[in-house]
Amino acid sequence: MRDLKVTPIKNGTVIDHIPSGMALKVLQVLGISGNVTSTVSVLIHVPSAKRGWKDIVKVEDRELNPKELNTIALIAPDATINIIRNYNVAEKHTVAMPERAVGILRCGNPNCITNSREPVESAFLVRSKSPLRLVCQYCDRELEDVPAHIT
Amino acid sequence: MGGFTGRDVLSISDFSRKDMEVVLKAAKKMVPIARGEKSNRSLEGKILSTLFFEPSTRTRLSFESAMKRLGGDVVAFGPIEASSIVKGETLADTIRMVESYSDAIVIRHPQEGAARLAAEFTERPVINAGDGAGQHPTQTFLDLFTIWNGRGGIDGAKIALVGDLKYGRTVHSLTYALCNFEVDLTFVAPPGLQMPREVVEHVRSQGIPLTITEDLTKVVPELDVLYITRIQRERFPDPQEYAKVAGTYRVDNALLRDTRKGLVVLHPLPRIDEIAPEVDDTPHARYFEQAFNGVPVRMALLSLIFGGAP
Repeated sequence: MRDLKVTPIKNGTVIDHIPSGMALKVLQVLGISGNVTSTVSVLIHVPSAKRGWKDIVKVEDRELNPKELNTIALIAPDATINIIRNYNVAEKHTVAMPERAVGILRCGNPNCITNSREPVESAFLVRSKSPLRLVCQYCDRELEDVPAHIT
Repeated sequence: MGGFTGRDVLSISDFSRKDMEVVLKAAKKMVPIARGEKSNRSLEGKILSTLFFEPSTRTRLSFESAMKRLGGDVVAFGPIEASSIVKGETLADTIRMVESYSDAIVIRHPQEGAARLAAEFTERPVINAGDGAGQHPTQTFLDLFTIWNGRGGIDGAKIALVGDLKYGRTVHSLTYALCNFEVDLTFVAPPGLQMPREVVEHVRSQGIPLTITEDLTKVVPELDVLYITRIQRERFPDPQEYAKVAGTYRVDNALLRDTRKGLVVLHPLPRIDEIAPEVDDTPHARYFEQAFNGVPVRMALLSLIFGGAP
């Protein structure tokens, strides 16, 4: 049996197979910050059989909506979502790349109208899933370095 | 065509080849009206707002002329009011205010994406008259019209885009539009001002034959259309860098000696030294006609979005 650095959770959500170094960005996309009411464990740089290294996020006592979790596909396309009930994996989902990303990324073009104080959310079209290519729906520019532009 | 009524004109990529042909044919019918040879009052009672957040005399005047030639009216705010709005009010609020004064809105704005944002805040059709370094679809329509009208069609044309292909937004939009037709494209630019990668990739993905070169002289004899643009001084922080590339390409009678008879030379104007004045008197010179074509093309678009028959 493997030596577990963090004990299994009783109820909640485990996001596994996050690319190494992206766990904090995943929390940012999900809007999980310091003001939580249950324990959130973040494991960074964990050995992974599939890809060498990975990150894991465990959110206790909260079942995150798989559809909402699709937004993390932008930075963690191979992530798996495990819904845990009474120590067992009750549901297992993979994330699906959304068609659009609304309000979670900032346009990289400083002259884009969404970067001024207009009452709109940024919106990107997913032009290609692999490699990931996002195009701003307002200024038509392609977004380079997606993780750096998470709001 | 019913499909045009109330439609926004934001980006040339929102239009299919079929749409483009509707506009081109409608523009052709507008030419005698634009020249004042025929009268037409089909937009009587309609009001167009022109919101120019940055100056562009040519585009603004041609929209005003287009609207008035069709019997419609125009309301506009001057540069001072525009600047005070820019300081205090969001574009979204300005659009909601202007919506109640007019039936359609033309907008030119220094920021990319402004026209699309404007369209989200009004039920009225919005026409993008240039947003920053982004789209300027009515310019593209008039470029297409000049090629189409000058040759009697676009298919089969061997077209070279010459000059600043990196920053020149007109050449990007025109390239996307031309990819809807069976054309052969050549990009001629000095190093550092070449066509952006994504535009080149798009052309290749559409199966359009493409040549990329720095040598204009070599390609000129084969061309049907030579579209040359100005290299903008403001793009170069270092005047020495500008001096190196400025004047790289110059169209004069010597260059045009061995060209095809029907070669059409276009330029979005204003020109600096790209075309020698001696070319103006040759049958190749179509850039003044191109500037005039802004009126019938904008008349066609206005007529179509107000529900007029093409």
